[in-house]
Amino acid sequence: MPSLIDMRRRIRAVKSTQQITKAMKMVAASKLRRAQERVIATRPFAGQARHVLASIASRVDEHAHPLLARRTGGATLLIVVTSDRGLCGSFNTNVVKAGGAFLAEHAGRAVWLGLVGRKGRDFFARRGIPIRFEHVNLPKAISFADAEAIAAPAVADFVEGRVDNVWMVYNEFKSVIQQKVVVEPLLPLTSVSAAEEAEAAGTDYLYEPSPERILDVLLGQLVEAQVMRALVEPNAAFFAAQMTAMDAATRNSSEMIDSLTLYMSKLRQAAITREIIEVVSGAQAQ
Amino acid sequence: MAIPKHLQLEFVTPERAIVHDHVDEVELPGEEGDFGVLPGHAPLLAALRTGEMWYRKGSETRRAFIAGGFVEVVPDRVSILAPVAERAEDIDVARAEAAKRRAEERLAKASVVDFDAERARIALLRAITRLQISRQGRPPRG
Repeated sequence: MPSLIDMRRRIRAVKSTQQITKAMKMVAASKLRRAQERVIATRPFAGQARHVLASIASRVDEHAHPLLARRTGGATLLIVVTSDRGLCGSFNTNVVKAGGAFLAEHAGRAVWLGLVGRKGRDFFARRGIPIRFEHVNLPKAISFADAEAIAAPAVADFVEGRVDNVWMVYNEFKSVIQQKVVVEPLLPLTSVSAAEEAEAAGTDYLYEPSPERILDVLLGQLVEAQVMRALVEPNAAFFAAQMTAMDAATRNSSEMIDSLTLYMSKLRQAAITREIIEVVSGAQAQ
Repeated sequence: MAIPKHLQLEFVTPERAIVHDHVDEVELPGEEGDFGVLPGHAPLLAALRTGEMWYRKGSETRRAFIAGGFVEVVPDRVSILAPVAERAEDIDVARAEAAKRRAEERLAKASVVDFDAERARIALLRAITRLQISRQGRPPRG
């Protein structure tokens, strides 16, 4: 049976753990707010870009562009975006699992990996899958230059014909309590639908210097914007996941403190009762 | 069709929205030269180069740095999509100066056809443009 002093020590230990998880929860919550603002700030760009793409598509044969080329039979590049740090529940496990499922689905075909974030790197580094590139220690405030640095090797592999497809898997920020793992194609870029094209075809634009040049600039930016999104979304989702995980940990430690305190009281009561019995039986014996 | 009175200016980068406002006039650095846009401009899609843009709202003119991208113009709206852009007041002068020095050092060392030299030249152009824009507090015209 543990002594009273042991119990007190344990309760104190759980309490200090709880203080840490509580602090981490607060920190994650404040970082989440900033990350969330960044997610919202990146959203208008892609919408505008798609709109312009639709209006150009009616004027040029966009399928001739190298970023829209459809090929089959060759290798696939999968970009896995995880976080650098842990203590965020199943955040990284879910992404890694989805990545594993993707690999299983494409068994027999060549799949290369591009890894972003330490957790995913550590997991896939030991699997013997060819790794094209890896990026760890991403800054907290992700800039467009970071997205460019990650997009550049993927675009080069695709344009030069080394891979036929590029896919991305990352955590999407749905809401503070919900993250969703998405697996989506990056390249070839999906062109606009006929309906979108028809809607935009009404305006007759002047092109400067040429429709082809505009398309070139536009598609390049569209890829980078999509990569940017795949970095900014998990950044916010990470803090959301960490906040939820730390909140649960804080609650669990409260429960643990309660049950330990109850047990300690019982121990103390038992000790007091024993002492009384001893005193009483001692008095009777005289 | 009546000529609209204002232009709806949407200026976005992948990082954030720079400007979202009603304005009277916009001037942009096109790949084939600077051009101005007034309300009622013909629909236009133009590629942009690294340079300075400004827009006027009433008598107030504001300036911004822009590095590439393109613009969509319709009679009552201007949508600028640039990979990198900053309002004049947001330019980090110390950083631009450091970038300028770095680029100049690399250029001094590199040979003419070097790929790195090309990158350094682009960096230098961006840094110099940023510095120019942030120094001229006053609008270019008027």
